[in-house]
Amino acid sequence: MATTEINKPNGPVAAALLAGGIGSAVLGLATISVEASAAIKTALNWYNPVGSLMGKSSLGIIAFFLSWVILNTIWKGKETNFSRIAAIALVLVAVGLIFTFPPVWHLLLGGE
Amino acid sequence: MSANDLWTTTHGMVFGFIFLLGFAGALVGVYMMKAEWLTTEGTNANVNRLRVFLWLLAAAVWAAVFTGTYIVYPWYRAAPPEGLTDLANFPRYLLLANESTAFWHSFGMEWKEHVAFISPMAATVVAFVVQYYGAALTRKPEIRRWVMIFFTVAFFAAAVAGIFGAFITKAAPIR
Repeated sequence: MATTEINKPNGPVAAALLAGGIGSAVLGLATISVEASAAIKTALNWYNPVGSLMGKSSLGIIAFFLSWVILNTIWKGKETNFSRIAAIALVLVAVGLIFTFPPVWHLLLGGE
Repeated sequence: MSANDLWTTTHGMVFGFIFLLGFAGALVGVYMMKAEWLTTEGTNANVNRLRVFLWLLAAAVWAAVFTGTYIVYPWYRAAPPEGLTDLANFPRYLLLANESTAFWHSFGMEWKEHVAFISPMAATVVAFVVQYYGAALTRKPEIRRWVMIFFTVAFFAAAVAGIFGAFITKAAPIR
């Protein structure tokens, strides 16, 4: 194994993990926003056969790739506080998981 | 087999299952990347296979969500013409028309269609990290641990989608 491989900076890896968290959180927030607001539901209906699912999922995917590019540009070639960034990423993933769970919508917004 | 059946099967039983079935093998592959367990030669051989495998799994789960969302889902949610009483060709409305099956849409489908998108993002992150560090991952236990956590999240999201997809298809197949 090459020494250079072991010594590779963790910045790009931290960027990828955090971007994954951001994408998931944006997906979750977009999902509950659509449940909360008819106007947002209409605004995210980018393609009628799929309804607002296209807008919600696309926002999450765009946030994922865009934040990855930006964070990678910032952290490329750098060492980061990986544990802390990974923990933040996991919290963001949890936000995505929580807000895509239908009982949470009903709990927060009322209704069945 | 109709075109609808073919696409529904391709979405779930091909792309979705490739990811779900491949998960355990890939997770073990990442777990086993410990310097004290492997020779240098073994590590290099393993990591090259694992890189290809993880990218294939990520591609499969992206394909599953895109075929599901843009090909199968429009058939599922299509609205019946007004006055139509036979809802067999309109699964969403068929499920909601009966109190005993409404759960499959209001909980199952609503959860599945959203949470599924977390899976390809997490799987892509995992594939990238293994691609980036390669054999050096054997000497980075903390990063390896986070890779396994992310990969498990990817599996959980895909498993929810897969399980509910199977039940919903059973309750109201797309014809």
